[in-house]
Amino acid sequence: MFAFLTTCVFMYDIVADCSDNVPTRYLVNDACVLSGKPLVSASALRMEGQLTVYNYNGGPCYRCLYPVPPPPETVTNCSDGGVLGVVVGVMGCLQALEVLKIASGQKSSFGQQLLMFDAQDSRFRCIKLRAKQAGCVVCGETPTVTELQDYESFCGSAATDKCRRLNLLSAEQRVSVQEYKSIVDCGTPHLLLDVRPKVEVDICHLPVSIKIPLASLEDQNADHINFLKEKISELKLQMSSELQVPVYVVCKLGNDSQKAVQLLEKMSGTELERITVKDIIGGLMAWANKIDPSFPKY
Amino acid sequence: MAAPIAIHLEFGGGAELLFDGVKEHHVTLPSQSEPWDVKQLLVWIRENLLKERPELFVQGDSVRPGILVLINDADWELMGELEYQLQDQDNIVFISTLHGG
Repeated sequence: MFAFLTTCVFMYDIVADCSDNVPTRYLVNDACVLSGKPLVSASALRMEGQLTVYNYNGGPCYRCLYPVPPPPETVTNCSDGGVLGVVVGVMGCLQALEVLKIASGQKSSFGQQLLMFDAQDSRFRCIKLRAKQAGCVVCGETPTVTELQDYESFCGSAATDKCRRLNLLSAEQRVSVQEYKSIVDCGTPHLLLDVRPKVEVDICHLPVSIKIPLASLEDQNADHINFLKEKISELKLQMSSELQVPVYVVCKLGNDSQKAVQLLEKMSGTELERITVKDIIGGLMAWANKIDPSFPKY
Repeated sequence: MAAPIAIHLEFGGGAELLFDGVKEHHVTLPSQSEPWDVKQLLVWIRENLLKERPELFVQGDSVRPGILVLINDADWELMGELEYQLQDQDNIVFISTLHGG
């Protein structure tokens, strides 16, 4: 892939970074520095966009600004953060404009400059960036990065914008959407706990679910814990004998639900009555894909 | 004694989410014996403004990698970074770099 990328970059005069993840941004930056090509780089998330031209006219490269990659847990992917097509479109048009200016021999406005677009406040702001850094490992005076490296290990994250799939629980602590469907169909008494934030619950939810965001469980929110206690007691009254109340936890994709299961297991028998708690693998999106195609996907 | 100074703080690119989603803050830093610098400002923000998960904002005595600091519309690297001495009415922006698209 590196040979491909190097060849690819050598074939062109200008590179536009339209990628969506950190390792790819370091990779494209290094390929541009090593082959001496200007890099017109745009990014967008939620209601904001950023645009800079790196490695241009003696200005800084991406690594001059960001010598150390951000901790992976601080990077919000587009699926979690949300992306608005119009914002990406605005940034893409500005990016294309800079490419055309450079290609036609005019000067780009964004060498050593960062354009920030705040779509919420309809505000553009341009700020002056640091100069090319003498100590930069790829474009500095004594570079140590002289060929492309392994960017996924450098960044500690995969070169993808896909949601990470956590695997915190054992198989016995999880059910598939098909298994959950049969639990519903059999009328087995249980609680369905939706741990997504309210804004996502408002988009869509399963009618029988009770809603407590993961953050409330983490913070031990007293109102929410009491609410859960009540629901457990109500169900317990309807159930026979010594059975523990089964609680199934659901979220969008099946990551937060696993964290919630771990928290609830700690609370089971202490803050809460003893419960059996499992999460639904793949969450509501798996439900939409495999069980109910009319359930909204977002 | 250095007099109290009023400064304007802004958070963007998602960094505002650590401050209850509030992007702009007008704050007054109390009087102290030495002039305020950015290093002390980070401690003050952590103690007075930050609502959650400080590790997503600060690392050691600086900001975490991936946050760009702007002082009066210029990269803080041009201004002396942590040692920059704050002036009354300064505008300090903390912006989280965006990677998506």
